[in-house]
Amino acid sequence: MTKLTDLTIAAALDGLKKKDFTAEELVTEHVRTAEAARALNCFITETFDDAIEDAKDSDARRQGKKEGVLDGIPIGMKDLFCTEGVETTAASKILKGFKPVYESTVSQKLKDAGTISLGKLNLDEFAMGSSNGTSAFGGVINPWRSTKHPEKDLVPGGSSGGSSAAVAARIIMGATGTDTGGSIRQPAAFCGITGIKPTYGRCSRWGVVAFASSLDQPGAFGKDVRDSALLLGAMAGYDPKDSTSVNLPVPDYTAGLGKSLKGLKVGVPKEYRVEGTNDEIVAWWDKGIQMMKDAGAEIVDVSLPHTKYALATYYIVAPAECSSNLARYDGVRFGLRVEGDNLIDTYEKTRAEGFGREVKRRILIGTYVLSAGYYDAYYNQARRVRKLIWQDFINAYQQCDVLLTPTAPTAAFGTTENTTDPVTMYLNDLFTIPASMAGMPGISVPVGLNNEGLPIGLQLLGKPFEEGALLQAAFALEQQAQFNALPQYVTARAA
Amino acid sequence: MTTQAPVIDRATVRKVARLARIRTTEAEEETLTGELNKILAMVSELNAVDTTGVEPLTSVIDMALPRRADEVSDGNCQEQILANAPEATAGFFVVPKVVE
Repeated sequence: MTKLTDLTIAAALDGLKKKDFTAEELVTEHVRTAEAARALNCFITETFDDAIEDAKDSDARRQGKKEGVLDGIPIGMKDLFCTEGVETTAASKILKGFKPVYESTVSQKLKDAGTISLGKLNLDEFAMGSSNGTSAFGGVINPWRSTKHPEKDLVPGGSSGGSSAAVAARIIMGATGTDTGGSIRQPAAFCGITGIKPTYGRCSRWGVVAFASSLDQPGAFGKDVRDSALLLGAMAGYDPKDSTSVNLPVPDYTAGLGKSLKGLKVGVPKEYRVEGTNDEIVAWWDKGIQMMKDAGAEIVDVSLPHTKYALATYYIVAPAECSSNLARYDGVRFGLRVEGDNLIDTYEKTRAEGFGREVKRRILIGTYVLSAGYYDAYYNQARRVRKLIWQDFINAYQQCDVLLTPTAPTAAFGTTENTTDPVTMYLNDLFTIPASMAGMPGISVPVGLNNEGLPIGLQLLGKPFEEGALLQAAFALEQQAQFNALPQYVTARAA
Repeated sequence: MTTQAPVIDRATVRKVARLARIRTTEAEEETLTGELNKILAMVSELNAVDTTGVEPLTSVIDMALPRRADEVSDGNCQEQILANAPEATAGFFVVPKVVE
């Protein structure tokens, strides 16, 4: 018998509609699973009891035919979204105990759609990291294990590692994430699920703890492409409270799923064939190209000549914005305060105590590149190169509709690996950062396993605000790949 | 044009940390100097890019920032604003004495 935790969101909605089960049963089953999975450390704050109460309300709404489009679906919120009355930490000591007095637009929209949150999901501190290892609440464990080294704990990717691990472990049916340089797509790839970052401006950033405001964008994780489309549809939309939110109608993102790719041009950028990429990932990329061809798409070779500068550009722009955004944590208005001899002493001690090492590094890099004498050489030069990176995408999209690349240069690595040198960790986002710099939408789709039994994801990138076409292409890739492997954590639980 | 990234020393790291209002110990400054130099060496490759005549990108979306009506709106929510303050009294945030 299929367990309720095995269902996709689409199947669960169908079951709820047919009264095969109630939202209370659906949510309770997920809460039980979550309680048994605490070792994975997916949650920072659990709201299980509230979730079960909310599920009863959901059943009442459905009874009264007043249900929302995703009514009764158990999800989780990355702990970067402010949730009214529920502690919001950004995985930082400096925000411990912070209970927002308002709800972020995205989490409110998901509530309005009837989703039920099981709690706040773990992440890298202030979303700065690619392994979830910088969380002040400890790292998340990936539910996948290497068949060669089954004793080794693997990272779920980052920064939205709690989101990706929890969906992969079937603790929740979907999750929110945010993506600044790859924080949705890379963890989706590491955990064998689907993760979409829409176009910058598609989802409101209001109430999302800010990291790098010109890059941050909320998005969704699902077991498959359709679930990601359903979640994104509920999250997206214009919000006057976010001045960079774009006033465009939100189409039905599931409308194009399953439609033929005939006439669709898939660009393959040669600059993404870089040294250091794992051979198996390159092989899966080639297979992915063939899959898109088999699905009826036309393959076009394209060039994005400034790709190799994206990482350097990112590590100027993102820290610069981070140093400005994180200036607000001063021990005065919210969060931690460490008393000093005077006001400046209080600021310095509070920030020294409250921020972790990676966050401090980025604040210092940002402060340095914005300081007098270096502003033009670093920050303005980075913004000029960013323009060239953006132009590369615009040019490429003259020749094709979507781009196909690997999502990350490796599969999930061990929790103790890549921790000594910050730059090595930054390389994880090599393939996801360029689209972030250009604001383009992207999705990671799992396509296969490597020789250690770990999932490999491929990334599809789309044109601005054409998430529908992107999801259509992703659905076709998913159909071709037929990826249905499960993490050991899930198969062991079933046994 | 290629220029070597200015290598930062411990004194500069200390100065930047002061600017960022983060207290650092000597040992931390030592470690940070090494780490920040690695990052700065990585980002210095941008010096090799010819950006003559390229306007710096400010926003990836081509839109003007919206304007709102110029109306006073204090929100009427003083209590909520102070709700998370480490210390508040009589409707104000409390900080250590600033003026001697």
